[in-house]
Amino acid sequence: MNSGEGCSEEIPLPSSPRELTQNPLKKIWIPCKNGLPEKHIFQRKVCMTNCPTLIVTVGLPARGKTYISKKLTRYLNWIGVPTKEFNVGQYRRECVKIYKSFEFFSPDNEEGLKIRKQCASAALNDVRQYLTDEGGQVAVFDATNTTRERRDTITRFAEQNGFKVFFVESVCEDPAVINENIVQVKLGSPDYTHCNTDEAVEDFMKRIKCYENSYQTLDEVLDRDLSYIKIIDVGRRYLVNRVQDHIQSRIVYYLMNIHITPRSIYLCRHGESDMNVKGRIGGDSGLSLRGKDFARRLGQFIQKQDISDLKVWTSQMKRTIQTAEGLNVPYEQWKALNEIDAGVCEEMMYEEIQDHHPLEFALRDQDKYRYRYPKGESYEDLVQRLEPVIMELERQENVLVICHQAVMRCLLAYFLDKSAEELPYLKCPLHTVLKLTPVAYGCKVESIFLNVDAVNTHRDRPENVNVHRTTEDALQTVPPHL
Amino acid sequence: MAQTPNKPQVRKRFRCDSIASVPQFTNSPTMIVMVGLPARGKTYISKKLTRYLNWIGVPTKVFNVGQYRRDAVRTYKNFEFFRPDNEEAMKIRKACARSALSDVGTYFMLEHGQAAVFDATNTTRERREIILSYAKDNGYKVFFIESICDDPEIIAENIKQVKLSSPDYIDCDKEEAVADFLKRIECYKVTYVPLDDDKDSHLSYIKIFNVGSRYLVNRVQDHIQSRIVYYLMNIHVTPRTIYLCRHGESELNLVGRIGGDSGLSPRGSQFAGALGKYIKSQSIPDLKVWTSHMKRTIQTAEALGVAYEQWKALNEIDAGVCEDLTYEEIQANYPEEFALRDQDKYRYRYPKGESYEDLVQRLEPVIMELERQENVLVVCHQAVMRCLLAYFLDKSAEELPYLKCPLHTVLKLTPVAYGCKVESVSLNIEAVNTHRDRPANVEVSREPEEALLTVPDHI
Repeated sequence: MNSGEGCSEEIPLPSSPRELTQNPLKKIWIPCKNGLPEKHIFQRKVCMTNCPTLIVTVGLPARGKTYISKKLTRYLNWIGVPTKEFNVGQYRRECVKIYKSFEFFSPDNEEGLKIRKQCASAALNDVRQYLTDEGGQVAVFDATNTTRERRDTITRFAEQNGFKVFFVESVCEDPAVINENIVQVKLGSPDYTHCNTDEAVEDFMKRIKCYENSYQTLDEVLDRDLSYIKIIDVGRRYLVNRVQDHIQSRIVYYLMNIHITPRSIYLCRHGESDMNVKGRIGGDSGLSLRGKDFARRLGQFIQKQDISDLKVWTSQMKRTIQTAEGLNVPYEQWKALNEIDAGVCEEMMYEEIQDHHPLEFALRDQDKYRYRYPKGESYEDLVQRLEPVIMELERQENVLVICHQAVMRCLLAYFLDKSAEELPYLKCPLHTVLKLTPVAYGCKVESIFLNVDAVNTHRDRPENVNVHRTTEDALQTVPPHL
Repeated sequence: MAQTPNKPQVRKRFRCDSIASVPQFTNSPTMIVMVGLPARGKTYISKKLTRYLNWIGVPTKVFNVGQYRRDAVRTYKNFEFFRPDNEEAMKIRKACARSALSDVGTYFMLEHGQAAVFDATNTTRERREIILSYAKDNGYKVFFIESICDDPEIIAENIKQVKLSSPDYIDCDKEEAVADFLKRIECYKVTYVPLDDDKDSHLSYIKIFNVGSRYLVNRVQDHIQSRIVYYLMNIHVTPRTIYLCRHGESELNLVGRIGGDSGLSPRGSQFAGALGKYIKSQSIPDLKVWTSHMKRTIQTAEALGVAYEQWKALNEIDAGVCEDLTYEEIQANYPEEFALRDQDKYRYRYPKGESYEDLVQRLEPVIMELERQENVLVVCHQAVMRCLLAYFLDKSAEELPYLKCPLHTVLKLTPVAYGCKVESVSLNIEAVNTHRDRPANVEVSREPEEALLTVPDHI
């Protein structure tokens, strides 16, 4: 949540204040002239920096740089900061089609050095394009960047282009961690498709050695004017220097809350509710008989999973709490997990919404992510509301979250890196548990249907989203209900 | 399952009293232990952190050992008291520390405290061992905050701001006081052993260097420590001013209705104009202006002629089913709700709406960003302004919902010493009063007249 840095442009005080008009999709009040909205308005989105930010990873191979890059990129995009990662190793693989051995990385391999330098330049070029021409706000430059010389080059590049720079260094000497890292992500790398495990490990170790001699870690004194975070031993200790602005502060907070301890996150909705059965949205109704059945089965399922130290979270709505009650374990309520507020459409059926608010219904289909119900919320609002939940999920280990359709879509989009366009249409059916297990750079998903029938509450985007469409066209994709 | 009228039934994991909008994350209470030479900002950090933690709902208290010392040794003579070879004084200082520790125990065990800030120099390993032992014996977590600073300018400013006016130096002239205090610092320097990154690697701590240009964070154990670290990393001591005000009088204000999304009344528009003139006259460098997403705050900001940002988090409290009603209508349609609200205005949640407690949660990111920023004008709403004000002025949950935030009045907040100076600036444009005091009778069985006793006048 950064404000426009130093943006206090002066407009002469108007003789009478400008008229306001409300944007029909997002329900935002903006000034208008002759009934037409004026451009000049700053929306408090997460990152209102004028300067884009270049995040630069630093560290020996197998220190988790790519893991951090991808995870951080995923998080920033989810909270609404357009971010992209640029992995120099990827550029190298495209340039040098076949990887032979660690010799490529030997410090006296001049040919190798030339290619690697070119790849870094190519990547920086793409960074410039992304941040300057493509509306990117943050670019993550993922490479070893282990020499001061390389980092100075990048800093100069950033200065020339008006980008802020923030370094993220990962330092780790624990052989167990490094080994696990190699097993998880290096053995499966395109570089080692033709090797057996022992060969690959041996070669990779020699590769690391190539970097060790020239490695210049970020120094408290020499680099005191740089902005950076040094992550030591996978988060046991952090050194943070000169955080410049809001987005860097958020990045630091995020990095300090993530961990790599294996664990599973279970996401599911409340059991089928009385409103679900009637095809009504929102409200605060209780479980139907089948919903109660689901709650019991969920309890059995959880028991069988034999999860150590499972935390259970619900919203503050009756249906999730009733579901948790069926588990017979302690649970905690979060107001932030409440279902999306449908405002004036609360407790209506889709047919009624079409009847009473056909314009709203069409606008929602046009941009389901940004559309805000009158006196209600949008998916975009939901994501903001859920950010503390995500932060705490990152801190925790085994957690079961019993929530709601829109909420579950938002959480799932975070874990599975789904875009704002896909998010509102993710399939999250009732009575189905999604088990998420972090693996390599992403998340494994297992979908477990607990064998209790329920209505379908998923409404696909209809073909015709025009405000002048017929009722029939609008209601085409409404799932059946009583 | 019964829903208690204003709060849903819940099975709490650890704490059984409050049913807040967020889970309560702590099981064991936490001792936050300051470390550092005198004039390094320990008390400033202690007080500010305590204020923040209490505001977000974590019962926290400061235990300032210097205060215990002042109570034990009525008159302060000079720095000789702090000499490392002054055995008599050492005995007293040790006793004070123990007394403070004992009070920490009482606070946790009997007063439901969750965090205690142990504010003292704690500059020797020996002293820190005593604290760690005590915490271990009682099952408390420990988190150290060490402030390290060698910039003589910062230290001099510190001494000027808070030491010269200390009870210790009440009878001294400025120069004497400064000289004595500097000698006091020297006494500690001799035995100062900072937290060691190797020897103390098993402890949980944050080291703050030079008022925040660098931080070292070691072994954050849990959620509350993570929040503390985030907070400490966002605060600064650069002088600045925060302006808080409500939108200009709205159409709904005039007719005594709550909530809604109406526009400004003619007097409200006048206020907006006056606000613009006032802001211009203040000549504030680099002023950021924030509004909510509601028409009335945006209309107000429009008159300022500067760029502003809209925050949904600054929207007025959602009155749920009572939106757009007058108090008279609420009494007529929801008399029980109306009474419950008067019984506990902070925790009371409107049906399908919010409570002040929810508001605080919603506003936490706003406060965090306000801490990061410098000069800011926040144009918001009555309940929202009460929450923000309570944070800056350290008001309790009981006082918060009754803070006076009248229309057409700007509150100018300037951080000074350990607190905040408030200037109330009325822009001299008439407006309705929207402040409803707690009536004498809050029983559900009360008469409508008793319920409506304190409703302010309206059309």
